[in-house]
Amino acid sequence: MTEIFGIPTQALFGQLLIGLINGAFYAMLSLGLAVIFGLLNIINFTHGAQYMMGAFLAWFLLERAGIGYWWALLIAPVVVGVTGIVIERTMLARLYKLDHLYGLLLTFGLALIIQGVFTNAYGSSGQPYRLPQEFTGAYNLGFMFLPKYRAWVIVLSLIVCLSTWFVIERTKLGAYLRAATENPALVQAFGINVPRMITLTYGFGVGLAGLAGVMAAPIYQVSPQMGANLIIVVFAVVVIGGMGSILGAILTGFGLGVVEGLTKVFYPEASNTVIFVIMVIVLLVKPAGLFGRER
Amino acid sequence: MNAFKRTLVGAAVAAALAIPAAHAQVSDNVIKIGVLSDMSSLYTDLAGAGSVLAAKMAVEDSGIEKRGFKVELVSADHQNKPDVGSAIARQWYDQDKVDVIVDVPNSGVALAVNGITKEKGKVFLVSGAASADLTGKACSPNTVHWTYDTWMLANGTGNAIVKTGGDSWFFITADYAFGHALERDTSAVVTKNGGKVLGSVKVPLNTQDFSSFLLQAQASKAKIVGLANAGGDTTNSIKQAAEFGIVKGGQNLAGLLVFLTDVHSLGLPTAQGLIFTETFYWDLNDQSRAFAKRFAPANKGIHPTMVHAGVYSSVLHYLKAVEAAKTDDGTKVVAKMKELPTDDPLFGKGAVRADGRKIHPAYLVEVKKPAESKAPWDYYKVRATIPADQAFRPLKDGDCPLVK
Repeated sequence: MTEIFGIPTQALFGQLLIGLINGAFYAMLSLGLAVIFGLLNIINFTHGAQYMMGAFLAWFLLERAGIGYWWALLIAPVVVGVTGIVIERTMLARLYKLDHLYGLLLTFGLALIIQGVFTNAYGSSGQPYRLPQEFTGAYNLGFMFLPKYRAWVIVLSLIVCLSTWFVIERTKLGAYLRAATENPALVQAFGINVPRMITLTYGFGVGLAGLAGVMAAPIYQVSPQMGANLIIVVFAVVVIGGMGSILGAILTGFGLGVVEGLTKVFYPEASNTVIFVIMVIVLLVKPAGLFGRER
Repeated sequence: MNAFKRTLVGAAVAAALAIPAAHAQVSDNVIKIGVLSDMSSLYTDLAGAGSVLAAKMAVEDSGIEKRGFKVELVSADHQNKPDVGSAIARQWYDQDKVDVIVDVPNSGVALAVNGITKEKGKVFLVSGAASADLTGKACSPNTVHWTYDTWMLANGTGNAIVKTGGDSWFFITADYAFGHALERDTSAVVTKNGGKVLGSVKVPLNTQDFSSFLLQAQASKAKIVGLANAGGDTTNSIKQAAEFGIVKGGQNLAGLLVFLTDVHSLGLPTAQGLIFTETFYWDLNDQSRAFAKRFAPANKGIHPTMVHAGVYSSVLHYLKAVEAAKTDDGTKVVAKMKELPTDDPLFGKGAVRADGRKIHPAYLVEVKKPAESKAPWDYYKVRATIPADQAFRPLKDGDCPLVK
């Protein structure tokens, strides 16, 4: 068997694939963050809590209402998105004129509150969410055992990421959005309702987090801390990709998933820190991030 | 008589009535118990508010208040941070007149509180923390380690599995002191019994995705994948092991530290067949069932874990010792706790050794199949009972300076 640095190539392929799967989650979450930052200039620290809410909603729907995975995939992001819209209208909208720091403080505080409420109500050890029937079992790829559900995660997140990118970069609606970030006053003068567009954008970005939460529910324990564990890494991904860059968020998400996956083979102790090391290097060399523009 | 004098006399009479002569040695007339636990994070369910409840039940069941003693209970959240835990412990001892600190899940925090308690001459009853160092290198005349420890977990589970044919191991280890100790102790048991350790991987604490490590375990072809981790790390690795077909592929999982609440949160379809060691299970006998029946409704339905049981029975024994010693002076009470044999409804008869180790039997349990479980929280089959004298590290092997 051929080997690379003492690791059989077959094992390496398996690890690369797993890296891609984790990258899919990073990509979806950082995409939402990038969209929100790009258009609202808000660093949304509530993102992790909203991801957790998506997972909890899926669990609720199944446990309390008998509504399965497929409907949850549709309902949970909408509900989470609506709560996001409420937050934007009642709180965030008041902060746009102030420094970034206030938005950050508000969203961080909200995240702590939401997490605390869920911990108080459901405890800390998490709830089980069963794998949907269609996805039990695995494909034998020869070099690894790929659970069907993980394959689905890659496919779905690629579809979601690419469509988001397409809408924002290639359609008229996207053009309005991008124009509104550059010069809101001018866009408003053309008769476009900019505040409403911003509200909906926030709702959409948050909905993406909710969707990622539903997708994560069958893999991880549905627990109040699940978002807090992930969010810091996702922020690093956004910073590396370049704040506000859509394509940057997607590519770095997948890319860093792979890098992290490889670290887990060669030096597992560092798998939590490798992304931050990369972040430091990128910030030194290219302060605006890999795909960001200097402003 | 003027108002001032009246008040003074009144106060003196009240004081004379309030302090029966026999209790003159109890400082400020109150036995103050502080439950220091994780109230907001990953160990909340297995300790947390349940530990406060258990301590309260112990005070009630001891009947000590009917005999004229006054007992007060306080609690706080150490947030799994040794610095936060130390600050609370110091404030409790120095300003709030707390006599005894109970529970303290998380070995890091427990080792810090262990040091402070010794310095202040108070009492520390450990239930939630695992490190066997608390009765080894770091043992103290003021600490009693009640419920379980890393040596006992490694010994109980490791022995049983190697003897039933699980003789090659691969470890997935939490990358901090607790995980390292657990892996080290279990490896020693495995090799002593003629087994082999094929490899291990050190995983950062609070990792979400274990698939990469599970693939490495799969590739090692070891018969047993040992999980030297705790809490969310354990449940996530077990859940994902099922997804990746580890058990279907002929390998078995050994959870080295699994609590009842972990099994509950995994659900039986995922957790079934898992083997591990506990020192208490609510469905062991009539007394433990009676305890659970009182405990669960007051604890959001969560049935008592061994940590809760340990808090209950350690507080009970502590109060007994205070009464017998007629003082709440920490060092004297712990000496009395070691002198008196222990006997309570949850752990049965036992003893506290010179190194502070409480000894009682341990149980090797297996998680039931969904079809075997007849009621909610009916999760374990007890496969073997390890007698008290074999369950814990022999006194002479612990390097405890108190043991000569």
